[in-house]
Amino acid sequence: MKPEEHSRRQQELAGWPVTIETYKLGDVYHCAIANVDPGARFARADGATREEAESRAIEKATRYLAQTRKFEV
Amino acid sequence: MATQTLPGVLVTTDWVAQHATDAAVRVVEVDVDTTSYDQGHVPGAAGWNWTTELCDTLVRDIIPANKLEELLGKTGIDNKTAIVLYGDNNNWFAAWAFWQLKIYGHQDVRIMDGGRKKWLAEGRDLSTDRPSFPATTYKAPAPDLSLRAFLPEVQQAVAGKKAALVDVRSPQEFTGEILAPPGLPETCQRGGHIPGAKSIPWGKNCNEDGTFKSFDELKALYAAQGITGDQPVIAYCRIGERSSLTWFTMKHLLGFKDVRNYDGSWTEWGNLVGAPVEKP
Repeated sequence: MKPEEHSRRQQELAGWPVTIETYKLGDVYHCAIANVDPGARFARADGATREEAESRAIEKATRYLAQTRKFEV
Repeated sequence: MATQTLPGVLVTTDWVAQHATDAAVRVVEVDVDTTSYDQGHVPGAAGWNWTTELCDTLVRDIIPANKLEELLGKTGIDNKTAIVLYGDNNNWFAAWAFWQLKIYGHQDVRIMDGGRKKWLAEGRDLSTDRPSFPATTYKAPAPDLSLRAFLPEVQQAVAGKKAALVDVRSPQEFTGEILAPPGLPETCQRGGHIPGAKSIPWGKNCNEDGTFKSFDELKALYAAQGITGDQPVIAYCRIGERSSLTWFTMKHLLGFKDVRNYDGSWTEWGNLVGAPVEKP
């Protein structure tokens, strides 16, 4: 199978820049979210539509990112 | 692709598309996100889970020899198979697998340049089938621990300055502004870096498409921080996977003789009672 509708974009979530990658394989949309630096995927979700997959992944990512603390240096 | 890299250690996505199902080749995906493989992988590729299959799950350690032999055997790999690794995040954990396979002396290990990111961006075929392979018997030789740094060696490096330390984490982790990459659980008690370490984030090894930078670019990147291969080098990150990629770069793309990966990394040093920490 060929992946379809592949997209990759950067945006900010909970104050952190992230990369959102989505593609469709068969009937399923797969979305994964990675931090921009260092680039680790930390949230993902599937859905029947792009919007469903991305909104689920964004909800998880936002929750995880809110737990990241910043310290003064 | 680098013009002066050691031969054969990197393969292109084109090469993999042509050779993925060759009998003498086994393509294996190893991801940070262990679910990535099931979201579609290179047709014919096996998938290894780094959290359960590429480590000792009881003691914090790399994979034991008998477990490696079992894993390779069930993946249909013998001592002469060319293993081609790739994965997400520009091959972080593919490099982790590469490092362990070299510790156990597997001769022909390669990395697909650009990893999963490039394969996807090129719109190449993906499969969700889990292939099965005819079982083989694999015999691992004694581990080559000259590729690995343990805590005492790192402490000696700090005290005696006989080895250069390369911290490959992000600048925010290096300074101690954050304790772990955004979105990931904090796994240390203190932020900062090992005294004397140079900050060369792993991502600087790679181009935007996930491929490795050229030999000249990589050489200049490390030379700018005084890392030339003339002295032993120890790379570290948080848990040893990002530093595997930097280890791969220095050892196999730049040809530095004495490079070790400190897989204890910041989750060991940053939790160690009394260990000196430098900030920022």
